[in-house]
Amino acid sequence: MSMTATAAPPALFSVTLDNWKLAILVGLVVSVVAVLALPAGIAFWIVGAMAAMIAAAFVVNAYRRKYYGGLLVAPAIAVLFVMNIFPLLWSLGLSFFAYQSNQQSIRFIGLNNYIKVLTNEIAAPANWDALINTAMFVVLTVTAQMIVGFLLAMLFAKQFPLRKYLLILVLTPMMLSVVASGVFFTYYYDPTFGILSYVVNSITGGQFILMSSKVGAVTGIVFADAWMWSPFVMLLVLAGLVSVPKYLYEAAAIDRVSKWRQFWTITFPYIRGLLMLALLFRTIEAFKLADLVILLTKGGNDTMTISYHLIRIANEQNKTSEGAALSYLMLFMVIVLTNLYLYIANRRSQGA
Amino acid sequence: MAEHNSIWETLGFRKASGVGEAGWGRTLAVAIVSFIYFLPVLFIIFTAFKPQDAALSVPPTLSPTSLFGLIPEQFVFTPTLENFGSVFMRSMTAGGAPEPTGFDRYFFNSIVIASSSVLLALVIGTLAAFGFSRYPLKGNDTYLFIILTTRMLPAIVVIIPVILMFRVVGLSGSYTGIILLYTAFNLAFTIWMMKSFFDELSLDVEDAARIDGSSDTGVFFKIALPQVIAGLAATFVFGLILTWNEFLFALLLSGPDTRTVPVAMNQAVSSGGRGTDWTLLAAIETLFLIPVFLVTFFLQNHLLRGVTFGTVKR
Repeated sequence: MSMTATAAPPALFSVTLDNWKLAILVGLVVSVVAVLALPAGIAFWIVGAMAAMIAAAFVVNAYRRKYYGGLLVAPAIAVLFVMNIFPLLWSLGLSFFAYQSNQQSIRFIGLNNYIKVLTNEIAAPANWDALINTAMFVVLTVTAQMIVGFLLAMLFAKQFPLRKYLLILVLTPMMLSVVASGVFFTYYYDPTFGILSYVVNSITGGQFILMSSKVGAVTGIVFADAWMWSPFVMLLVLAGLVSVPKYLYEAAAIDRVSKWRQFWTITFPYIRGLLMLALLFRTIEAFKLADLVILLTKGGNDTMTISYHLIRIANEQNKTSEGAALSYLMLFMVIVLTNLYLYIANRRSQGA
Repeated sequence: MAEHNSIWETLGFRKASGVGEAGWGRTLAVAIVSFIYFLPVLFIIFTAFKPQDAALSVPPTLSPTSLFGLIPEQFVFTPTLENFGSVFMRSMTAGGAPEPTGFDRYFFNSIVIASSSVLLALVIGTLAAFGFSRYPLKGNDTYLFIILTTRMLPAIVVIIPVILMFRVVGLSGSYTGIILLYTAFNLAFTIWMMKSFFDELSLDVEDAARIDGSSDTGVFFKIALPQVIAGLAATFVFGLILTWNEFLFALLLSGPDTRTVPVAMNQAVSSGGRGTDWTLLAAIETLFLIPVFLVTFFLQNHLLRGVTFGTVKR
């Protein structure tokens, strides 16, 4: 493809396929009229068609002027906007209203939901407890997963006989449905029938109830979660480890570089990005820990996490807008932490 | 023959050479670790073969065979295939005639929904990742960060507006709705992961191809994409595993016709007020594990082959 000179942008009112400014103008006018004049079911589709028209104009414009970045990114942004960002904005709006999903009435109350979540003498302490527990789970589970996952990856880094058959065994815990593995962990930990209690019992002779104290319950949940998700970290690190070109190690072996220095100067730069990614995604997922807690302790023994707490508020008690307010406070915290993390990670990789 | 060859080395237990190859010694060590790691899964699989009264016995039964007397008789159970039958046909009321449970349909749903949404996310997400990596927009990092934030909120917060939206549009309980939602659910991870793989590639090869007259499309398909096959495989496997087992969205958004296995599994084992049906749960999970296990196993070669394209890294 030969390089053509980029076309000049079209004038505002010229009717061409790439005139996105005109498309936005027409789209906005038609949408507003449709929403005001037509029933919601029909108006929705008209607004959708307008959005598609604007998107098409953007695509044609990007293609004609070689803005490949926008062109490549557009489909992903479109799907994310409809299925994620739009619902997020909707629930952000909802957090400023008094709304319960089992009632019809809806009333604007400004910041009252946020004030209630933070200061109400009944709601606030429960929220704080759940938040502190969540922070504890994040630190414990992510640390355990990173260490176990990294060690497993190092174990599998070299080629050895039967490697692929052994690797799939380690990957399997991640493939289990959390419904099944969670329920079976209640069995493993069960004081009467469980394997753990049977083993401890035959050594010490006394009955062993793991989940009866906070320390035990937290250990049980962290162990189950780390067991399920360490393979995730392992696979990411392993993908980085196997991409290191072999000749680098061969050169290092000729130069008699120590194993320790080989790791830090050759291996580590190849896995740093993927380690960071694993840490980021596991931290985000750990903030949302709920299913294992529901299955193993139902939040008892002071193991309530913020995500499970939210499910209770929003789904079981139908306090939709209060739940939305609480989750936006949580989102704010996660965003600040993530930004801090990405900032530090970027500075490190530039400094190195 | 070097005189230092010990009997072990002749048998194949080579000493690790330090350049990426290890012998049977490593296999033995890894086998022990892997087996211990796999034990809880093995127990679930064994439970699927247990007769109902053996599921909660004390001491727990651990093996279908005594391994020629190695394992004491009290830990051994007699394997049966009955539980797998009752996944698809069983009596719903005490003493009633066996009736179809609909699980064939639920397995079909899980396969259709998971595979189409993961593939869709992979196509859209890889294009976007290449865009973010090679043609940075103004505020590139901001866009990437906003995409990441879509994964930060607990599902329960997103789900309420989505339920309302699907009701208005008529998508509730349809394949299209849940597939689109899962596609979005997978996109953030796909984009971030594929971008990190594209970022690792050397730009020199791509520039050279451009100078030789290759088009931008050609550079993407012929140069960049073949180098990230390992990344595509890894991303596909992760997406599949996450979508395959997703529970909360499926519980709240799938209708009777589009119900996936995790939702049906949850209902099947806790219905009737009889407590958990351990052998049934284990049988469903064992069957449910097979497809994702096979896909992972066969993609593993790609996963581990790494980047063998032979390009010079940055």
